[in-house]
Amino acid sequence: MTPTTIKRINWVGGIFTVFTVICAILWAFPIYWGIISSIKPEDEVIRPYIELWPETLTFEHYWFALTETQIGTWYINSIVTAVGVTVLTVSTSLFAGYAISQLRFPGRTALWWLILASFMVPTQVLIVNHFVLMADLKMLNSWAGIILPQLIHPVIIIVYKQFFDQVPKDFREAAAMDNASEWDILFKIYIPMNWGVTTALSIVIFIWAWNAFLWPFLAVTKTEMMTITVGITQVFDAFGVYYARQLSAAVLAGFPVALAYLLFQRRVTQAITLSAGIKG
Amino acid sequence: MLRNAKRETLIAYILIAPFVAIYGLIFVYPTIDLFFLSFQDAPLIGPGEFAGTENYERLPRDRRFGTAFWNTAYFVALTVIPGTLVALAISMGVTRLSGRVQALVLSLFFLPYILPVSVVFRLWDWTLNFQFGIAMHLLDIFGLDRIPIFKTTTWFMPAVAFVTIWWTCGFSILLFLAGLRAIPKEIYEAAALDNTSRWRMFRHVTWPLLWPVTGLVLTIQLILQLKIFDQVYLFSQGGRPNDNLVMVYYIFQRAFVNNQGGRAAAIAVVLFIMVIIISVLNFQLMRFSERRK
Repeated sequence: MTPTTIKRINWVGGIFTVFTVICAILWAFPIYWGIISSIKPEDEVIRPYIELWPETLTFEHYWFALTETQIGTWYINSIVTAVGVTVLTVSTSLFAGYAISQLRFPGRTALWWLILASFMVPTQVLIVNHFVLMADLKMLNSWAGIILPQLIHPVIIIVYKQFFDQVPKDFREAAAMDNASEWDILFKIYIPMNWGVTTALSIVIFIWAWNAFLWPFLAVTKTEMMTITVGITQVFDAFGVYYARQLSAAVLAGFPVALAYLLFQRRVTQAITLSAGIKG
Repeated sequence: MLRNAKRETLIAYILIAPFVAIYGLIFVYPTIDLFFLSFQDAPLIGPGEFAGTENYERLPRDRRFGTAFWNTAYFVALTVIPGTLVALAISMGVTRLSGRVQALVLSLFFLPYILPVSVVFRLWDWTLNFQFGIAMHLLDIFGLDRIPIFKTTTWFMPAVAFVTIWWTCGFSILLFLAGLRAIPKEIYEAAALDNTSRWRMFRHVTWPLLWPVTGLVLTIQLILQLKIFDQVYLFSQGGRPNDNLVMVYYIFQRAFVNNQGGRAAAIAVVLFIMVIIISVLNFQLMRFSERRK
């Protein structure tokens, strides 16, 4: 490479870098704009020109949302149902993934087919039947009713199976020599060795469950049982046509998942690439 | 090593029991129930009479079904390939960066994907608001007429598609970045020695090596966008839902607004079959291209 080509590449590269950074800022701008609008007084929000920073900074809309609406209840519903979905999905998938990976038993092939079949069926086509089923079980407008139909995540089992397959067989044989039971092998070797995956998958399932809209929207008709994603868009008289109020509620709804992402960035990206079938 | 087969079977059954119970209740049973329901003249809740294939025979003549079907196809066309190209372009930009700048830029691009659809809806409903939205101020500056985007049939689907790409792009970006990272650096170094132009490097090295990931992203996007509901529903509130119907929206409308569980189930079966056909076709295609290698 001659010195001039290096120079040319650096110059072009610099422009590319600046361009990418500008694009990234513009890409995230609507999020910034939503947050900024939510801390402006209502009359400043609707001014007919653009102000990138509030003239008067106020948190009155957040105060309103927290005290005058049911947002606190919705928060609790969201936390309970998202944690419920996460714990149930991760634990059942972990156990099933372990059985498929490490044990031989009659019906193993049938189980494998069940998992592959559930990959094919979009849960959206089951909404009518889920609704009828939950009505029969008297679970509409309840936490259990919101949680149950959200537990179909076959990919989590596949991920666990792959990770358990990779644990060297020596561990298992050494433990068996020491007369360790199957439970010891599972709880003292296989689960601790894969804590990283479990954490990553848990965070991502929590985010998915927190963000779920269609099913929680159908399963609940009483405002006090709504999750936050449903409540902030379906209870019209809660915020009125006050844009800053609506946006402050949206910021509150997005805050926990955005925080989870920013704190556990690498885990989140790892789990998401894993869930698409790529080993991160 | 001797294994106690009986004991192993027992332990396995204990381990898979919760999973089997849950999938039996909320996956196997509802799926079978769906097909039975689609042949009945039934309300949402309560028993119905056997109606043969009537629920299906109605569909070709059903105006709203036509709207839902073609809107879904339109939406898929507006999102799948454009969204994949945008994600590819962004990941090409991000992969060149390094260190903290890369982490920061990636999180700016990725952040929308983490947000709930309700928040995405609020943000864009505000940004594109006809009276006060910042986008409308921009139109004013350029001397263009303001558009009530979500109230017009022409702009509705393109706008929702745009918002959807913005929202879901982060996922595809991650997959592309993983794919780009897997390409050996030596190939680029060798190409750089030959003074290959950037475009030729992309065309002859990156693009072919990235193709498996591109195929994966396209498939995931295609199946995801066929099932679209949330954004369309939210942006239709106070607008013209009947012009903006998509397949899942129509299932919802028949079942929960018109109280016709049987007819809703028939639409669901059609969507179900569409998704299955695409999954199977894609699986065959992947096998075919793998065999060619």
